[in-house]
This record gives sequence, C-alpha cells and structure tokens, in this order.
Amino acid sequence: MTLAVFFGCTFIAFGPAFGLFLFTIARDPLRIIILIAGAFFWLVSLLLSSLIWFIAVKASDPRDERLQKGLLIFGVMFSVLLQEAFRFLYYKLLRKAIEGLVALSEDGCSPISIQQMAYVAGVGFGLMSGAFSMINLLADALGPGTVGIHGDSQLYFLTSAFMTMVLIFLHTFWGILFFHGCEHRRWWEIMAVVVMHLTVSGSSFCNPLYVGSLVPSYLLMAAAAAWAYLLSGGSAQNLRRFLLCLRSGASPQPGS
Amino acid sequence: MSEDSEESVPLLPLQQESMASALFNTDQNDNSERRRQDNSERRRNDRSGSETNGQPQNNTQQVVEQDEDEDEELTLKYGAKHVIMLFVPVTLCMVVVVATIKSVSFYTRKDGQLIYTPFTEETETVGQRALNSILNAAIMISVIIVMTILLVVLYKYRCYKVIHGWLIISSLLLLFFFSFIYLGEVFKTYNVAMDYITVALMIWNFGVVGMICIHWKGPLRLQQAYLIMISALMALVFIKYLPEWTAWLILAVISVYDLVAVLCPKGPLRMLVETAQERNETLFPALIYSSTMIWLVNMAEEDPEAQRKGPKNSTYEKQAPASQTQNEDAEADDGGFSQEWQQQRDNRIGPIESTPESRAAVQALPSNSQTSEDPEERGVKLGLGDFIFYSVLVGKASATASGDWNTTLACFVAILIGLCLTLLLLAIFKKALPALPISITFGLVFYFATDNLVQPFMDQLAFHQFYI
Repeated sequence: MTLAVFFGCTFIAFGPAFGLFLFTIARDPLRIIILIAGAFFWLVSLLLSSLIWFIAVKASDPRDERLQKGLLIFGVMFSVLLQEAFRFLYYKLLRKAIEGLVALSEDGCSPISIQQMAYVAGVGFGLMSGAFSMINLLADALGPGTVGIHGDSQLYFLTSAFMTMVLIFLHTFWGILFFHGCEHRRWWEIMAVVVMHLTVSGSSFCNPLYVGSLVPSYLLMAAAAAWAYLLSGGSAQNLRRFLLCLRSGASPQPGS
Repeated sequence: MSEDSEESVPLLPLQQESMASALFNTDQNDNSERRRQDNSERRRNDRSGSETNGQPQNNTQQVVEQDEDEDEELTLKYGAKHVIMLFVPVTLCMVVVVATIKSVSFYTRKDGQLIYTPFTEETETVGQRALNSILNAAIMISVIIVMTILLVVLYKYRCYKVIHGWLIISSLLLLFFFSFIYLGEVFKTYNVAMDYITVALMIWNFGVVGMICIHWKGPLRLQQAYLIMISALMALVFIKYLPEWTAWLILAVISVYDLVAVLCPKGPLRMLVETAQERNETLFPALIYSSTMIWLVNMAEEDPEAQRKGPKNSTYEKQAPASQTQNEDAEADDGGFSQEWQQQRDNRIGPIESTPESRAAVQALPSNSQTSEDPEERGVKLGLGDFIFYSVLVGKASATASGDWNTTLACFVAILIGLCLTLLLLAIFKKALPALPISITFGLVFYFATDNLVQPFMDQLAFHQFYI
C-alpha cells in the first residue's frame, strides 16, 4: 500500500474517463452541466436504493449472515433497476431541456443533440458510480496496511480499479444505447441495457473469483462499445478511415 | 451597479463573520448573491431611464421590448457559461477547504468556541446537547440579523465612511492575521522550519496585494483568487470554532433567513438592494465575487473606467503597455471584447475614443447597440457568504463524516446542482435571488442521507466487492 498503488489504481480506474472528460466535455459548459446533473441523478438513485436496503436490514436479524448477504444481493439488484429508472427520468428531463434550448436558440436548432447528451449523461453516471466505488479505497490505499493479510485476495485494489474502469465505460455506452432506445421507441434496446447491467452486477457476486466477474464484464463492454458505435453512426468503414487517418472522401493517404 | 466597479467591495460579510462586531456577512453575501441579477436589471433601468443616456425617448420603448426578449433569450442562452463561471470558483474554494481539513489537523482540533456560541456541546444528555445547539444557533442568527439591520441603517443614512472603515478593518484582519495563522499551521503540519523575517515578508506582501486587489484595482484573476482565499479562510475559521450540531443548525437557519431576507418585501437585504438601485450605486463590490470585468457596458455616466479604456481601444492593436493594470487585465481577460469585435466596432462607427460625447453620439444612432451590451460580458456575481457557507458544509462533511470521501463528494455535487438550479431560476425570474437555500438544503439532505444510509450500503458492497 504505497503511493505506487494509489496512483496506479487511480489512473487505471479514472484515467480513460478523465481523458474522455478532458477532450470531449470540458470545453463546453452545457456538457459540464449535463454531466454534473447526470451524476446527481445517479446519486439520488443510490440514495433511494440504500434507503430501501437500510430499512430491510433494520427490519431483519443482524446476526443471520446468509440473510444479510441475501439482503445485500437484493439491494444490489434493486439498485440496478433504480439506476436504470433514473436514467429514464434523466432522459425525460433532457428531452424537455432540448425543447427549451431549441425554443431559445436563434436558428431553431439546439446547440447540443440528444446523442451528445446521451453520451455525456452516460459519462456522468459512470463517473459518479466509479467515484463512489473507488474513492474510499484509494484513500485507504495511501495509508498503512497489507492487502489480503487475512487470507483474502491480494489483488483487491487492482481488480477494484479494473472493475471501476469497466463500469465507467459501460455506463457511457449504456447511456447511448438507452437514450437511442427511448428516442426510437425500441424497448428491446432498453431491456438489453437493463439486462446487461444486471448481468455485470450479478457477475460481481463471483468475487473474489475475479475471472468470473472481470472477463464477462469486459466482453460485455466490448459488445456494448461496438453496438453504441454502430448506433452513433459508425461503421467498419468509418473505423478504418479513422485508424488510417484518412480524410473522409479522400483516397487513402496515411498521415495527413 | 456592482458591474462597473470591481473596486472597493467591502468585505462586509467576511468581516462580519470574522469579527466579533459584525455578522453582516451572510446578509451582505445574500445581498451580493442577489446582485447577480443586477446586470440585466440595470441594463433595463438604464434603457428605460434613457434621458441620462442621451438617447431619444421614443426609441426606447421598442428597444426595451426587443431587448427584453433578446435579454431573456440571451440570458438563458448564455446561462450555461455563467454557471460554469461560478462552478469553477466554488469548486476551487471547496477544494482548498477540504484539502486543508484533510491535511492540517489544526482545523479539526477543538480549541474552544466563539463567543457567539457560548453554550458547549459536551453535555451529558442528548437533550441538553440539542438545547444548547439550538440556543447557539439562535444567538448566532440574532447577531447576524442585528448586524444586517445595522448595515442597512448605515447605508440608508449614507454613513459610507463607517461602512468602508469597517470593511477595511475586517479585510485587514482576514488577510493578515488569519492567513498568518494558516501559514503557521501549514508549516507545522509539514514540519517546515521558517524564520520570522521571511514569514513577515510573505504575509506583508500577501496582505498588501490582497487589500489593493480587493478594495481598489487589480488583475481580475488575482482579485478572484484573493476572494476565494479569504472565503476559504473564513470557512476554515467557522469549521474550527463551530461545534457540530450548532454548525448544521446554523446552516439550516441561515438558508431560511437568506430566503426571507431577500425575498420578503420588508427584508433587510431586499431593502438594501432596492436602496442601492434607487441611488444607482454599486453595492460593496468587495463582498461579491464577480466573474468578469464589465466595462463599456453602462455608457450612461462619466464612467472613469470607460474613459481610461478609451485610449486603450485605439492602442489595442499596437499593444502599448497600458498604464493602468486594470486595462491590462481587462485586455488580458478580454471581457468578451475580442479583437474581431474591436475591429468590427471600429469599422462600423470608426475608431473613436470613448468620451462622453462620443458615447452620446453612439447612443443617438439607431439602436443596434447590442454590441455595447455584449452578453458575453455580462458576468454573474455571487456573494462571498455563499462561498463561505458552501465551503463550511463541504468542509464539515469531510471533517466529521463517517462516510468520508463519499459524503464529501455527495455534498459537493448537491451544492453544485443547487447552484445550477438557483442560476436557472435567476435566468427565469430576473431578479436578485438568494443562493443559499437550494444548495444548502440539497447539501444537508445529501450529507445526512449519505452518511447514514449510503455509507453502510457502500461499506458492505466494498467488503464483498459487489458492484452496482
């Protein structure tokens, strides 16, 4: 538990998200506001779900280990459903906001599109979720101690960091998928997002058998990334052009 | 009012909090927050009072309506930028306070209480503690109310010298004494050996530059930095000397008071604002954090700043070193007047110096003078008391919460969202609004909820390494 662990885990967990924030969100004030509001909505959903869990725990026997674990699992599932419900509420709010922005703009089109809002909202949810999972761990990583001295896994911090990173990414892609499903009234997309979220959270029940939680999560993330990319207008051709640094419509010339 | 001179804004709110004598701060700050709406309001006042502007009367009506519509559109349209202009300093202040609380143990150590909160909280029973904290909060609030009323009375009877003297003493105390203590504690924490001569030099420079920036003129960024620093210092004093329950109670009561004082017709802060508006004066600029320097907006009076900026315009491209730092800073800051705007204006009406005659001439032109009221320039203002109480909330959360960083983060997000909502209401209602109630309510709700409900849940999740 040293500075190396602290910085390493911080950069693993938050590096990509911070990069996304810096390059795509930080310049535009409207996006920053949408990001913070997204974080706020996630926070409210967490609050409500922990309220329910707290009530359930207080109403039950604190000494029954299995019951407590069962209640925790129930809490996790309920929290996932509530998070998705709040994502839907946030979608409704952003829809109204777009109408307002269109009404106020000079040329009748909103300065930000619903797809961009979906992306930013996803990042907001993800950042807040990641921060709440990881920050206390990072603070502890600065202090003295030995990981896994009582026989638990020694990879605790590292796997937490990787799990946080994958969750941030997943929230981003889920935001895009979810909003797209709501926009085009494709309920199966929304259901897919909910099912994916439940799967990822459910896979974390395998911990500390990390292969059971990290591997499926990363696979799901890759799938969600590809799907979100396709829904946002990407295609194999676009990707190829991007990777080869081609200008759109130009003949293949590397490095323009 | 507050727009055209970023100068001597008395540190009334801060000083009130720092000094035993004055507790106006919060009220002042409330006033200042309310000042936020001043921009568009005053602009409208100026337009409607067009005689002073030298603009013919008959043009004004249409101009007023059109401007109001565009105003509404423009305020909301530029709202996002203004929100961020306030997010950044509020965040910085909170970061400074939280960083200090986490590292310098002096500010979390109990070393007694202020005389405003005479009842101790180290009591035997919970009921006694509750009673003591209620009494403490009541005393503190009554001191604040008395101070505010005293300030309003002083202002109404034009005792400006008294007010300014008071503010200067307060900011002296804050900039020299409190920062000396802060520096000393930081050195103690990091075990840095330092001699008195160096410290004296540092504090002297810090304090004098601070006084100049806050009460007179200085680069905008430097002034903003100083205002943030003194807000943080004040918040740290509060965090140290207010016992727990008292602090939360005071936060709650002060948001209610803010709401009442700003919105009720007979509220002291509202009367202060209205008096200042009647007299067409700025209201204690040193108590208000302003996000931009506004110049050449109010073309009505003998605006000494605009006059000084006159020669600046003509030498803009030559980049002659401006003699006034303010111009330099405004230039560096741009104030929304980019070079293209300058050239555009020069092309449109010819390169002129901004003299009263030229201004009158410009105003006599058929009005497309929206360029002079570039909405980009319309900064937004927030009272320093708001900074202080936001930071007190977040600092207390980081100092005493069992949830620690989760609670701090939750309070931080809640306060930012409250600020966002307040600014949205400001854009809709276009009048001075209190900035404390919404943010502090959200902050308090999230503090107690996160600390008591979310923290056990997250603890259990982290223990089993479940992810939601």
